[in-house]
Amino acid sequence: MKIPLLTLTATLALTAAAVQAEEVHVYNWSDYIDESLLSKFKEETGIDLVYDVFDSNELLETKMLAGGSGYDVVVPTGTFLQRQIQAGAFQKLDKSKLPNLANMWDVIEKRTDAYDPGGEYSINYMWGTTGIGVNLPKIKEVLGDDAPIDSLSMVFDPAIMEKLSSCGVHFLDAPTEMIPAALTYAGLDPDSKDEESLAKAEEVLLAVRPYIQKFHSSEYINALANGDICVAFGWSGDILQSRDRAAEADNGVEIAYNAPKEGALMWFDMMAIPVDAPNPDAAHKFLNFIMDPENMAAASNYVYYANGNKASQAYLNEDVIGDPAIYPSAETLEKLYTVTPWGPKDQRTLTRLWTKIKSGT
Amino acid sequence: MRRLALILIPYLWLIALFLIPFVIVIKISLSDVALARPPYFPQLDLTEGFTGIKAFFSELDFENFTFLTTDDLYWKAYLSSLKIAGISTILTLLIGYPIAYGMASARPEWRATLMMLVILPFWTSFLIRVYSWIGILSQGGLLNTFLLWLGVINEPLTILNTEIAVYIGIVYTYLPFMILPIYANLEKLDGSLLEAAEDLGCSRTSAFWLVTVPLSKSGIIAGCFLVFIPAIGEFVIPSLLGGSQTLMIGKVLYEEFFSNRDWPVASAVAVVLLVILIIPIILFQRNEQKNREASQ
Repeated sequence: MKIPLLTLTATLALTAAAVQAEEVHVYNWSDYIDESLLSKFKEETGIDLVYDVFDSNELLETKMLAGGSGYDVVVPTGTFLQRQIQAGAFQKLDKSKLPNLANMWDVIEKRTDAYDPGGEYSINYMWGTTGIGVNLPKIKEVLGDDAPIDSLSMVFDPAIMEKLSSCGVHFLDAPTEMIPAALTYAGLDPDSKDEESLAKAEEVLLAVRPYIQKFHSSEYINALANGDICVAFGWSGDILQSRDRAAEADNGVEIAYNAPKEGALMWFDMMAIPVDAPNPDAAHKFLNFIMDPENMAAASNYVYYANGNKASQAYLNEDVIGDPAIYPSAETLEKLYTVTPWGPKDQRTLTRLWTKIKSGT
Repeated sequence: MRRLALILIPYLWLIALFLIPFVIVIKISLSDVALARPPYFPQLDLTEGFTGIKAFFSELDFENFTFLTTDDLYWKAYLSSLKIAGISTILTLLIGYPIAYGMASARPEWRATLMMLVILPFWTSFLIRVYSWIGILSQGGLLNTFLLWLGVINEPLTILNTEIAVYIGIVYTYLPFMILPIYANLEKLDGSLLEAAEDLGCSRTSAFWLVTVPLSKSGIIAGCFLVFIPAIGEFVIPSLLGGSQTLMIGKVLYEEFFSNRDWPVASAVAVVLLVILIIPIILFQRNEQKNREASQ
């Protein structure tokens, strides 16, 4: 379970030049943009950008379904976006206001079509994989030289996890991410939602439950970088950010990220405009600004996530575009899978299962 | 006329801030979950007139309440919340009463300062104060570092992410709510009653138990309610300080609302919680009133 209400929801209100200045309210994931872009947007358009952050899709979805959130641009993940489109939470994009759409990458668009056919409601912001982050020196100490750091057995094999529990393992507190991984490990279709398959996934997770220190969706960035834990099952860019922080701190921690070779979940964070956005015009301007190749590249260079903007690739740093953990090879890309949203009934089973795994009740 | 207006004000308050929201929650608890905005069905359509209202009521049912009985998660969470809130209230009373007593027996010129010290923590955000307990209680935190330095322990204690941390958080947060009503009560206590008790041969200890405690009863009750009721639905403290095995109804409510986006079941959980809380309180109030009338 997450505690998004309590995450540092820093509201960054940029200098209000005029009292009645035009405003656009953007609600994005925490640690997910190069903040210099925010002031650049204000300089270019004269629109005040109010930037607010969250760390869970569930929180965003509740705000979207309740309506009247006051946000002009929000960033749900593909599966959540699809359901919210069905609920009527978003407005169709006015593509005439988005000339930079031409910069987008068809490879990614083809995949996001599953959630939003034809990109009627959304543009891709970033995408990534869910996989395993490890602190290499610590792993070597605990498991020796041939630790399976690129395999799901690293986190789902009880014998390995028992050894790892001495140095700390965190899992994402997101059943929609963890259950597909457990299903993959059990040799099943990661998109299965039937009871029999879920029972198998439960078995896999319960076997390693005693060795998991915590289920949390953002704490592992710091915990991994500080050396408090040695393994995290988390989002690619977050683990790469923690790699960067550890390198900066020069504290003997060396982080590596791997998408599991058995197959990894590929996800897409999509920018969309709520149906009741106070300022849809400025929202379109913001989307177009983000799709500018240099701006998009600046964001990716900062957060270490791949983006869906083909033209931006020319401006990406070598340690981003050249890193197979961020931009996987075509061959690995094949192995990445996507999942479909959970219906209300399945979702209840899933949440219940997750509560059981976490709390034992 | 003036009397009527005076009675009306608290009732209007009750209707606007309790009854209307509660009726809305009950209404949602009788609805069905839907993929829409807002995510439940049926919506009341007043443009249809009477048929609309009739159609609306025919769609409501108690399905969500029967659902709560089918899964042991809910009553386990209710019981666990009652337990945590109950123990926290007792601990808060045990710590708060001596503090309030000390404040009330202090010299009058000191009382304002002492009162100020009790209220002072409120000037910092509640969230920040709970967060700082993470820093104090964690493995490499202040408390463990201090105890290791003293040599009391050899291995850091695991306090954070356990139920003990939840108790510490609740007692710490709600302590002022216990101290203030008891203090207000003790401060008004007529000192001559204690003198009379001692003149009549009562020792100081028994005078405390026979005179002070019974006379501060209403303060104790007010303080216990002020701690127990919010503690039972507490969400922030268990999620920040507790582990994933700490089961509390506030967390269950959060899951229903955010993970399952099932507002109807979430509302049903809230209605049941309210019933669990309100019925004992009403019974208690009624009993108190009877006692008062009997003693007059």
